[in-house]
Amino acid sequence: MPSPVIGVLALQGDVREHLVALAAADAVARPVRRPGALDGVDGLVIPGGESTTISKLAVLFGMMEPLRARVRAGLPVYGTCAGLIMLADKILDPRSGQETIGGIDMIVRRNAFGRQNESFEAAVDIEGVEGDPVEGVFIRAPWVESVGAGTEVLAEHEGHIVAVRQGNALATSFHPELTGDHRVHRLFTDMVRARGAADSL
Amino acid sequence: MSSTLPDNQAPETGTARVKRGMAEQLKGGVIMDVVTPEQAKIAEDAGAVAVMALERVPADIRKDGGVARMSDPDMIEGIIEAVSIPVMAKSRIGHFVEAQVLQALGVDYIDESEVLTPADEVNHSDKWAFTTPFVCGATNLGEALRRIAEGAAMIRSKGEAGTGNVVEAVRHLRQIKNEIARLRGCDNHELYAAAKELRAPYELVAEVAELGRLPVVLFSAGGVATPADAALMRQLGAEGVFVGSGIFKSGDPAKRAAAIVKATTFYDDPKVIADASRDLGEAMVGINCDTLPEAERYANRGW
Repeated sequence: MPSPVIGVLALQGDVREHLVALAAADAVARPVRRPGALDGVDGLVIPGGESTTISKLAVLFGMMEPLRARVRAGLPVYGTCAGLIMLADKILDPRSGQETIGGIDMIVRRNAFGRQNESFEAAVDIEGVEGDPVEGVFIRAPWVESVGAGTEVLAEHEGHIVAVRQGNALATSFHPELTGDHRVHRLFTDMVRARGAADSL
Repeated sequence: MSSTLPDNQAPETGTARVKRGMAEQLKGGVIMDVVTPEQAKIAEDAGAVAVMALERVPADIRKDGGVARMSDPDMIEGIIEAVSIPVMAKSRIGHFVEAQVLQALGVDYIDESEVLTPADEVNHSDKWAFTTPFVCGATNLGEALRRIAEGAAMIRSKGEAGTGNVVEAVRHLRQIKNEIARLRGCDNHELYAAAKELRAPYELVAEVAELGRLPVVLFSAGGVATPADAALMRQLGAEGVFVGSGIFKSGDPAKRAAAIVKATTFYDDPKVIADASRDLGEAMVGINCDTLPEAERYANRGW
């Protein structure tokens, strides 16, 4: 299969870092801001940023429903930090009017690891990522409070769930895009390729 | 900075990557000055990525005169409790004790700001000594790199705050951009002389020459009053926008705040900017920077 085309939702957040990481993981990466741009992608990354801002902008510019429809139809998605919140079926403590795309049967707690002074780096062992643990960069990070039966827990930090997968949806509390280690992006790119191969059967 | 962490090592806070990475999360967003918890909520509802908690917006600091200092801790805590987005607060230039207090209060970012009256005429604070990250203003590349050398994890322009006039922020961004472009054209021999000229550490100068941008996030600050102003700054290369007096000194703050957020995201789409610019009520009146006496120019503070 040729390189998959993977979009990065470019409403707000660390879009550039994801574009760089995806390119390094042999995907064709492009920013996605309009519903029309969703048509041409084989997978989508929801970047880190402010989840309240990304949610508002997605509703305002008519992205929320098309995103939900594509994710429901099986589009592979990967969310980091704010992106993990956007992929949660439920937020424990949403701001008024804060909506999510959903796609992963889990309940998340925003800023669960604390404010910026508590932001930290720690080694994280991720199921499905070979070799040494990845360098986890946690910035005002959320954690996953609980998951449904269909959701696989891929990593924990100090007893809290920080990486999950359900079907074609992957999410991490931390930011692999801020490190030079592209193994998690490669895992996602492989998910996108596998979906593409299954579709062409 | 990017050393691999061994297994079972205790989590590490306040690293350069965590501080700079925090600013990366703010990109494409608008950071708004607020003076009350109610204003902070309006900003959050409008889609701000962060708020700057301060006692008086720059327009009022200009009007009132006197010494401008760090804000009242109760007022900052009130704003921290009111919103879930990050909260920033300002310390005076070189007033590292104000910065220590802000860190103890749990603010998410400290702005060592020329809008307040400088406390030290020679030295800025040593920002490496803090867990809380700092944003600092710069009028040119050398100034930006000196601040980064002192530990700043984010840079903003130093446009004349409280004037509603974007001309100075435009000058600073163009200056920084042009100086970076010039470095890109330097060969290795020339970078040493360039560092000397910029009065900045050689390592940072070489890094900028290679990256073609600052090693930290660059925002615009000062004088943004309209959606088009915000979009202009982004088209000139700012990765996001601070808006001070422009929102809460205008006729309809909630509407103007939301409009500036839209124009910052779709900064390259004139139709969105046109729609966002409709029916906003009165903009802040504004001051012409060329009639400002030298002593009232904030950009001259810091070096």
